[in-house]
Amino acid sequence: MIYLDNSATSHPKPPQTMRYMVDFVTNVGGNPGRSGHTASVEAARIIFRAREKLASLIKAPDSERIIFTQNGTDSLNLAILGILGEADHVITTSMEHNSVMRPLTYLQNTRKVQVSIADCAPHGELDPERIKGLIKKNTKAVIINHGSNVTGGLQDLRGIRAATEGLFLIVDACQTIGSFPIDVVGDRIDALCFSCHKSLYGVQGLGAVYLREGVTPIPLRFGGTGSRSESIEQPTILPDCYESGTPNTPGIASLLGGLTFIEETGIGKIMEKEGALMKALRAGLEDTGQTTIYGAQGSAPPIPVLSFNIKGKLPSEVGYELNKRGIYVRVGLHCSPEAHRTIGTFPHGAVRVSPGYFTGESDIAAFIEAVREIAET
Amino acid sequence: MQKLKKCSYYLIFATIHDVLKAEKRLKEKGLAIELMPIPRNLSSDCGSCIRLDDEIESAMACMGGIKVEKRYMFDGKEYIALNLEQGCEPPSASS
Repeated sequence: MIYLDNSATSHPKPPQTMRYMVDFVTNVGGNPGRSGHTASVEAARIIFRAREKLASLIKAPDSERIIFTQNGTDSLNLAILGILGEADHVITTSMEHNSVMRPLTYLQNTRKVQVSIADCAPHGELDPERIKGLIKKNTKAVIINHGSNVTGGLQDLRGIRAATEGLFLIVDACQTIGSFPIDVVGDRIDALCFSCHKSLYGVQGLGAVYLREGVTPIPLRFGGTGSRSESIEQPTILPDCYESGTPNTPGIASLLGGLTFIEETGIGKIMEKEGALMKALRAGLEDTGQTTIYGAQGSAPPIPVLSFNIKGKLPSEVGYELNKRGIYVRVGLHCSPEAHRTIGTFPHGAVRVSPGYFTGESDIAAFIEAVREIAET
Repeated sequence: MQKLKKCSYYLIFATIHDVLKAEKRLKEKGLAIELMPIPRNLSSDCGSCIRLDDEIESAMACMGGIKVEKRYMFDGKEYIALNLEQGCEPPSASS
């Protein structure tokens, strides 16, 4: 099996992921912050350490501002539904995932939220000036996909921030976190939303959001937090305010393992290895002379995501043929119809190939060979 | 039941996150502390608090940015609330 669908979820995970998760379930097992006994405190310690490591990874000044959620979509829902109110105006781009587009459509229909879409260039890049031109008196927030889950292209966060002074900047970092450095202070990000099971190597069912100080969305869920138990009102203190109910502690333990792996390996080395794979991938696909590669031309994408089509073949056919050969990619629209419209691949979509740190050079070579074979049949 | 030293101090926080943040900082400072369930008569919360036997002033000095919700002194018989605004001495000792 050659797994090239790390953009959907990374596989395999580093050994630390399993070790930390199994150790929690086997030897700790308590409900964090619910009791004063050792099992409960140890569970809380695992969560605390994971929060601290995440804060350090994105240069957040305080780990209490890292909120655990169910997944990247849940993080985006918290930021979007919690910040935008009746008749607010919001600007987003034509490269967004449905985890942004669907909550926005819901808000358009239910809270009269006005949505403007800044058009990106056909290769996916956004000119910050386009956002600037859309700002209105009631514009409250800007939502940007940092790294495209379709093309692997990055947006210029600093340029966008400079063009949107005074607005909430909500960033979808699902595809970049762990594969590309993020600095929430330097980039002046108000809400950084991400999943924890891609390049952070946790298991599925876990996401997180960083909220800058002063950013206080309305919670999505209300209930027990293990704190302020005497009150029937939701506590306003972080992180408890946004984490009602028993958390996914086994998942957070797996994330702690994943973050430990990233620390031990170094993000520089991860980028170097993934970068070399992407270079080989792009060069190999170009060399077949049978493919159209999407996104910025001339160099490999800065994160390990690339979409292409074989001339004259539907992506679904290509996916079927690759799967028969034991090669797993994701074909179609990748939950991003707007992005595919932007790059000109709607409605059939494209073949997305996303290697990871554990992909071998020989896997890329075998993939290219398979593409060549499929193109010639 | 664990025998408590005379004149131990209890620091109570709003969240387990703050408890663990304070624990980390106090341990880095080399202070002898212990996490324990919050005594039932001090709070209805279901989490932990930090107990220290002495050096309350040093402990408080390194709490910058971490909100200590309540502070008590245990004199062997009862828990005495310490005023957070007026140093670390209990009302009886400062009068």
